[in-house]
Amino acid sequence: MLLFLLRRIGAGVVLVWVIATLTFFLTSLTGSDPGRRILGPTADLEAVAAKRAELGLDRPVLERYRDWLTGAVHGDLGVSWFTNEPVGRLVGDALPVSLSLVLAATVLTAVVSVVLGVVAAVRGGWLDGLLQSVSIVAFAVPNFLVGLVLSLVFAVQLGVFPALGYTPLAQDPGRWLASIALPAIALAIGAIATVATQTRGSMIDVLGQDYVRTLRSRGLPTRSVVLKHALRNAAPTSLTVLSLQFIALISGAVVIEKVFGLSGLGERATSAAGQGDVPLVLGIVVVAVLVVVVVNIVVDIALGWLNPKVRIA
Amino acid sequence: MSVPATTTAQPLLTVDQLVVDYPGRGWRQPPVRVLKSISLDIHPGETLGLVGESGSGKTTLGRAILGLAPVTGGEIRLGGQRISNLGKRDRRALSRDVQVVFQDPYTSLNPAMTVGDILTEPLLVTGSSRADAQRRVRDLLDQVRLPADAGTRLAREFSGGQRQRIAIARALTRDPKLVVCDEPVSALDLSTQARVLDLFIEIQERTGVAYLFVTHDLSVVRHISHRVAVMYRGELVETGDAAAVTTAPDHPYTRRLLLAAPVPDPGRQAERRAARHRLAAEQAAVAG
Amino acid sequence: MSILSASGPAGPAPVEVLATPARAGAVRRLLGNPVAVGALVWLVLIAVLAVLAPLLTSQSPTASKITEALAPVGGDHPLGTDGVGRDVWAQLLYGARTSLVGSLTVVVVALLLGLPAGVLAGYYRGWFDAVASWVASLLMALPAIIVLLVVLAQFGRSTALAMAVFGVIIAPGVFRLVRASVLAVREELFVDAARVAGLSDARIMRRHVLPVVVPPTVIQVSQLLGIAIVIQAGLEFLGLGSANQASWGGMLSDAFQNIYAQPRLLLWPGLAIVLTVTAFGLLGNALRDALGVSGRVPRVRRRGATTPPAVLPADEAAPAPAVDPDALLALGGLRVAYPGPDGTEREVVHGVSLTVRRGEVVGLVGESGSGKSQTAFAVLGLLPPEARTSAATMTFDGADLRGLSPAAMNRLRGRRIGYIPQEPMSNLDPSFTIGSQLTEPMRHHLGLSGAEARTRALALLDRVGIPDPARVFGSYPHQVSGGMAQRVLIAGAVSCDPDLLIADEPTTALDVTVQAEVLDLIRELQAERRLGVLLVTHDFGVVADVCDTVVVMREGRVVESAEAERLFADPQHEYTRMLLGSTLEDTPARGSLPASDLHPEEIAVPLPTAGGNR
Repeated sequence: MLLFLLRRIGAGVVLVWVIATLTFFLTSLTGSDPGRRILGPTADLEAVAAKRAELGLDRPVLERYRDWLTGAVHGDLGVSWFTNEPVGRLVGDALPVSLSLVLAATVLTAVVSVVLGVVAAVRGGWLDGLLQSVSIVAFAVPNFLVGLVLSLVFAVQLGVFPALGYTPLAQDPGRWLASIALPAIALAIGAIATVATQTRGSMIDVLGQDYVRTLRSRGLPTRSVVLKHALRNAAPTSLTVLSLQFIALISGAVVIEKVFGLSGLGERATSAAGQGDVPLVLGIVVVAVLVVVVVNIVVDIALGWLNPKVRIA
Repeated sequence: MSVPATTTAQPLLTVDQLVVDYPGRGWRQPPVRVLKSISLDIHPGETLGLVGESGSGKTTLGRAILGLAPVTGGEIRLGGQRISNLGKRDRRALSRDVQVVFQDPYTSLNPAMTVGDILTEPLLVTGSSRADAQRRVRDLLDQVRLPADAGTRLAREFSGGQRQRIAIARALTRDPKLVVCDEPVSALDLSTQARVLDLFIEIQERTGVAYLFVTHDLSVVRHISHRVAVMYRGELVETGDAAAVTTAPDHPYTRRLLLAAPVPDPGRQAERRAARHRLAAEQAAVAG
Repeated sequence: MSILSASGPAGPAPVEVLATPARAGAVRRLLGNPVAVGALVWLVLIAVLAVLAPLLTSQSPTASKITEALAPVGGDHPLGTDGVGRDVWAQLLYGARTSLVGSLTVVVVALLLGLPAGVLAGYYRGWFDAVASWVASLLMALPAIIVLLVVLAQFGRSTALAMAVFGVIIAPGVFRLVRASVLAVREELFVDAARVAGLSDARIMRRHVLPVVVPPTVIQVSQLLGIAIVIQAGLEFLGLGSANQASWGGMLSDAFQNIYAQPRLLLWPGLAIVLTVTAFGLLGNALRDALGVSGRVPRVRRRGATTPPAVLPADEAAPAPAVDPDALLALGGLRVAYPGPDGTEREVVHGVSLTVRRGEVVGLVGESGSGKSQTAFAVLGLLPPEARTSAATMTFDGADLRGLSPAAMNRLRGRRIGYIPQEPMSNLDPSFTIGSQLTEPMRHHLGLSGAEARTRALALLDRVGIPDPARVFGSYPHQVSGGMAQRVLIAGAVSCDPDLLIADEPTTALDVTVQAEVLDLIRELQAERRLGVLLVTHDFGVVADVCDTVVVMREGRVVESAEAERLFADPQHEYTRMLLGSTLEDTPARGSLPASDLHPEEIAVPLPTAGGNR
């Protein structure tokens, strides 16, 4: 198990490094002149050249890569080209907002889809049909559209939730929850549709297995057969799908943050990409991939724990 | 190998100290040795029954002859020429002489193809004309006692026994010299099993094809084989005349195997059971 | 919807193609499905509107006239104008173009990369598979929008570029599905048979592999088209789409800015996106049905999926046998039927009667399809939920089993009726230790404490001949052999001291030497505890070994029942005689090969083995 864990961590480090490197070289390809981008079209050539030198862009790319990587390994992601603030701080400020949103949506997805999936698989009938139809539509509605409608109804019309902005958890847990409730719901809808149908499918698979019939032949109550044995065996499939959905939720959060005026990583990423603020873009990519890697390792550990064949080996 | 009549002629197939290793599962696992220096031969027109329990390596031996299992050591020769570890092109050329009937008639036929397509495929790849191939299919269906219109239907429309007849027809399309039969009747019902076995024998008597007949069932092997080889944990423990091996075996394992198979007669089964218990006690006494 | 999920809500079903017969049949089935037709009509309509956009409106979708901002419906603007005075109807039409072209770009790129890579990786494995799988997992770990942001930042706003890059990001979904399908089909015996038949790799791929890969891929393409539309809308909503190009996402962005002034602007683009993506999703599901790709989900579970059907009293006056006072199980006129696809019922057991006395072993013999297992499961109440079961009599130890509630049935099952299944490995829950699976019923039925149940389970494991009970108690099913697992299942069946054992082909999956030992065990336990046993088997050897009485079934009917001695000595029914006659046990050995059968001259002909003399 320890070896397994070390291998996963090693693979994660390699993944982050490969992505960071690819992104670095992609962003240092010749595009428009960064100096010109920062100073605007009216600046004279000398000022632009001076700006380039200031940013170190006149140095060879490999040298810059080495410096950046050395810094990154030590936790220094450089400074923003536009605001001169450290990238680490810019990302660090935005990360809690995005993580709150994505984690809340993940928890919501996990709970709701397991309940829906299990009920649909076990009860069958119209309930199952309803879930299937609703999930196709839920899957088809872009999450920012859900967000717009939710915000229109609950924040603008009814005024139950704040329409915009974020309250940190440490400041006021109640208002934190209120501030991320609508965005998290909007974000989670599609993921719920996906994970619930997968859970339903794997539950039906498991319930059709020979050992479930044998468990029932032993006169065990349905509750134990379904919730203890079947769910346990269906869990790995759902967890795998959930971990893929987590990555999708990070993507979705970028758009949702705009709808609800949350200044998270997504909002930072959008503006940094729009301006061409390379250090900030790089920093955001590294942090996002790092989050994905950490979550994947956690999921792998959980999967290993669920599967005796891995756990024992 | 105490069959005097066959020792004079050159064998059709010779397996010479064959070793097969499968790569270990998982990371840096050592390979697993499935066959440990197996030697046997099969003569033209002969059925060699290969008996063993699950994991004995009997199926692997069949697959090695077909070129579907990796040969680590030793050689397989057909008519004196080496056929183990051939290149892809040479292996394909061999398809005329060596054919196969698998155990599971449900997965050994492509469910999406018609019986006609399944049977013409081996002919068309060797450049037969479509008309010739169609003629051959009618002839083959007749040989395996399937209706002539079977060719236009999908394999999945047939019962297990009928599918196995289709699989036999496919094996016979190009008049092979050897057919490897891997448990071809194990998945069939009792009454179907007997009829399919008789079909195998009839085809052999007419065409002179040789069979390597892999099975776990001593009564099946006794019915169809001229000679029998017994495998246990990757090794050949006994080879000999079918009647002798299946009634008075030499090797302790073969004796256990024989006594473990129940006889469909309560009185005789009680006797056999008692004999098995005696043998187990003896073998335990020797071992302990 | 959530962005970048390679599988839709119902997910592209991996592999398992039940049947892919004539494609024409699939098209017919698709067109016979009203939902599919509706979805197709909508998609065709969108495509036509997109193509004919210039004919359907004279307005430019991008020309903004600030004086006409937020103009109402009517006049020159059938759907009004947006926040900067652009015509909504024109934007919708031209936006459809953008969406369709964008989603096609995604699918083409994803297919070009994923399909060949998946086929090669699945068929040849080796280093290419390792590299391709690694790249796929790398791409799957990337949040799509973030990657698109980076690319667009570097190369400027371009919807076409963004969609092409998204095609690359989502290609692992195609790759994985194709690879899994190919890996599965590669294990099929028919591919081995094709190889032995001398087919080249290229031909095997074309004839045997691709037909299996195509259906799930087609379904996935349908879902990818929907996903692409949503992702594209997201980018445009963020303002990262091509400038000067009408788009549904751009319209939503504008609607968002005017959400207080004119919320109705959300309606049209929102509706267009939702309906189009839903249509792709529904089309995908309909394709799955039409192409016969199993969605892994059996289509039978409709009602009360875990509640077994109650046995109904037969309404006919079936010839109820005189109930033997010593009978443990008395079955009279048992019928089992299943609803067919056309609403009619198909009966598989037609009025079976049998009796099992205390201390008696009854063999229920027949070939496949004889209804023997159905009969056994009907007694246990473990038939699939859609089965309809009725009986004139069905008593266990004098108590009527018909119409028993699931809870009442649960008090009998495991407690007084034990069950031994056929396949040992698939009948143990892989996620729990053998010990916990053994003790759970004992604690439930007998109210034992954990420690008591453990002691009893260890004694049972010892009794069924397991050498190291403590180790096996703590083991998981995958750690023991098949023979051991079957002993564990037998221990489980007798753990609560039942009166009746129902064994469904309990030794069929075992090697003969193990079978003999397991039959010994069943016989000993039966004698020790005076159990009644109903043993389902197809093997007359097994019957001769353990059964006192034999019931022979054929096509859902009992053809003969008799004491074992008598049945073997003097079978009455022609079918029984035929079955007994088919056993090979007493046929003479074939004998050795006569010398005249040899054809040495055939061998003299050189075999057409190219390069055979290396």
